[in-house]
Amino acid sequence: MDQFLQQIVNGISLGSIYALIALGYTMIYGIIKLINFAHGDIYMIGAYIGFAVTTYTNLGFFPALIIAMAGCTVLGVTIEKIAYRPLRNASRIAVLITAIGMSFFLEYTMMFFVGAEVRSYPMILSKKTFNFGDILINIQQIYIVLTAVALMILLQFIVHKTKTGKAMRAVSVDKEAAQLMGINVNTTISFTFAIGSAFAGAAGVLVGIYYNSIDPLMGMMPGLKAFVAAVFGGIGNIPGAMIGGLGIGIMETLISGYGNSMYRDAAVFALLIIILIVKPTGLLGKNTREKV
Amino acid sequence: MRTLTKKNLLILGSILLTFALVQVLVLVGILDSFYEITIATICINIILAVSLNLVTGFTGQFSLGHAGFMSIGAYVCAIISMRIGTVGGFLLGLLAGALAATVVGILIGIPTLRLKGDYLAIATLGMAEIIRVVFLNLEITNGAAGLNGIPRYANWLWLYFFTVMAIVIINNFLKSSPGRACIAIREDEIAAESMGINTTKYKVIAFAVGAFFAGLAGGLYASYFYFLKPDLFGFMKSVDILVIVVLGGLGSLTGSVIAAILLGLITTFLQSFTAVRMIVYAVLLVVIMIFRPQGLMGSKEINDLLKFRFGKKEEKIE
Repeated sequence: MDQFLQQIVNGISLGSIYALIALGYTMIYGIIKLINFAHGDIYMIGAYIGFAVTTYTNLGFFPALIIAMAGCTVLGVTIEKIAYRPLRNASRIAVLITAIGMSFFLEYTMMFFVGAEVRSYPMILSKKTFNFGDILINIQQIYIVLTAVALMILLQFIVHKTKTGKAMRAVSVDKEAAQLMGINVNTTISFTFAIGSAFAGAAGVLVGIYYNSIDPLMGMMPGLKAFVAAVFGGIGNIPGAMIGGLGIGIMETLISGYGNSMYRDAAVFALLIIILIVKPTGLLGKNTREKV
Repeated sequence: MRTLTKKNLLILGSILLTFALVQVLVLVGILDSFYEITIATICINIILAVSLNLVTGFTGQFSLGHAGFMSIGAYVCAIISMRIGTVGGFLLGLLAGALAATVVGILIGIPTLRLKGDYLAIATLGMAEIIRVVFLNLEITNGAAGLNGIPRYANWLWLYFFTVMAIVIINNFLKSSPGRACIAIREDEIAAESMGINTTKYKVIAFAVGAFFAGLAGGLYASYFYFLKPDLFGFMKSVDILVIVVLGGLGSLTGSVIAAILLGLITTFLQSFTAVRMIVYAVLLVVIMIFRPQGLMGSKEINDLLKFRFGKKEEKIE
């Protein structure tokens, strides 16, 4: 039982990271129906910005987090402007290929500049652990979960209580109608990319702390898994992405803890296929009727 | 029905001519072994791209798991030809690999092809990842270390033969009744369904034919490069194939062939700049998609282009 609870605790901290990435995926998908494959790489760049800030300037955890988020925001908005905006009316597969191209571009440009080797993340949080009975919780996990929760609350506030959030929701329901109501669609999409990328940047710093190692190709797998999380929770649905992320994180740690960790990735994708077949809209997704 | 029409003779002639041309260049020594690898890669990529184009370009079912089928063909062919070390064993392996991929394609296709668009893409991606992880953990595939020393029977002759075969069969399939049904599904699934087309059936057929040729390409890959490991067939490989298809034009077999040759040449050309190779590749991809999102050929075939040219002349003569 203690081991089980311990795995749950580990799963929650890993899952909050997935949830942060999944939020960006789900928001961008919700608004322009694009699987933004470059999202996982924005998260990688966030991790590198955090690495650079903490290594070369002695700043602590929170400044690093904020700088990484700001850097990723700029990056995400730029990518949207350069690569996705000219394709607003092109077929979806063309935009998807562009996203894949962007993803390669970010990965290999980073590899060109920082090298392909794995770097170890500096210790910016103490290694102190707390014991609750036999369950160990360390400071890092607490920071990860608290940061993720704070950001999610902030997101809920932005989406539901501000005018921009309202515009985001409107654009994701019907782009043309939103435009007719005087909403600037392009600005709203840029804003969505900004928030999504900032969250990915935060996730990058958190994962650097959690796994203690970063490399230019680290974004691929978590990117795909975060997308699975987004689909699991119901794509386009913000609470769904949070639940999906946590679910995938807990599932992964449980499989690593009790079964064969080699099958961890396969299990995530098997879950995805089962979900898609049983309930294609995901846990919290809304059913849309097919119209002719 | 006449089989030896002028058109068919022309096609046969150009097939033989291309073969003879490359063969002469190889014999004379202008194309050394380095370029031979490029040609082999191009042939394998053509088979993969043409088969994926059938699924994604013509039937409109977005698949991101083509590398999974390729890996099944590759491993089955490798294992069989390592047990039976003859040309017969190689051919048997190729066939068995392609059939194994087809069976898996049907088994996976039946449940997942109910999904649409991006959901299908993600489901097929997940399926390919599962296949990869399974190969990573099996005893017979030697796990992550992979299989080494697969007998090398695939040569330029076999590669060319199977490439032509794949193109001809898929082209003829598209001209047949099931092929037309597939195109109807791409154009409008609901309309096709109300015209009495069993959409699931034809989607699964297209998926199975696509998987068959992907398996075949995998077998050829295994035999030509005599080394396999599961990492070769990751997400990146599926993306590579999709890039060829989209670059050439969804719904154009000619486009897939041209794009496969073009990308093969670009990759070879960039070989000497390893550091920036992938960056250039990525930039090229984005730029082409921004300026020509329908791909190089759109949905036109080479025949359409020729018809256009000759059509005008014929009018004058008449």
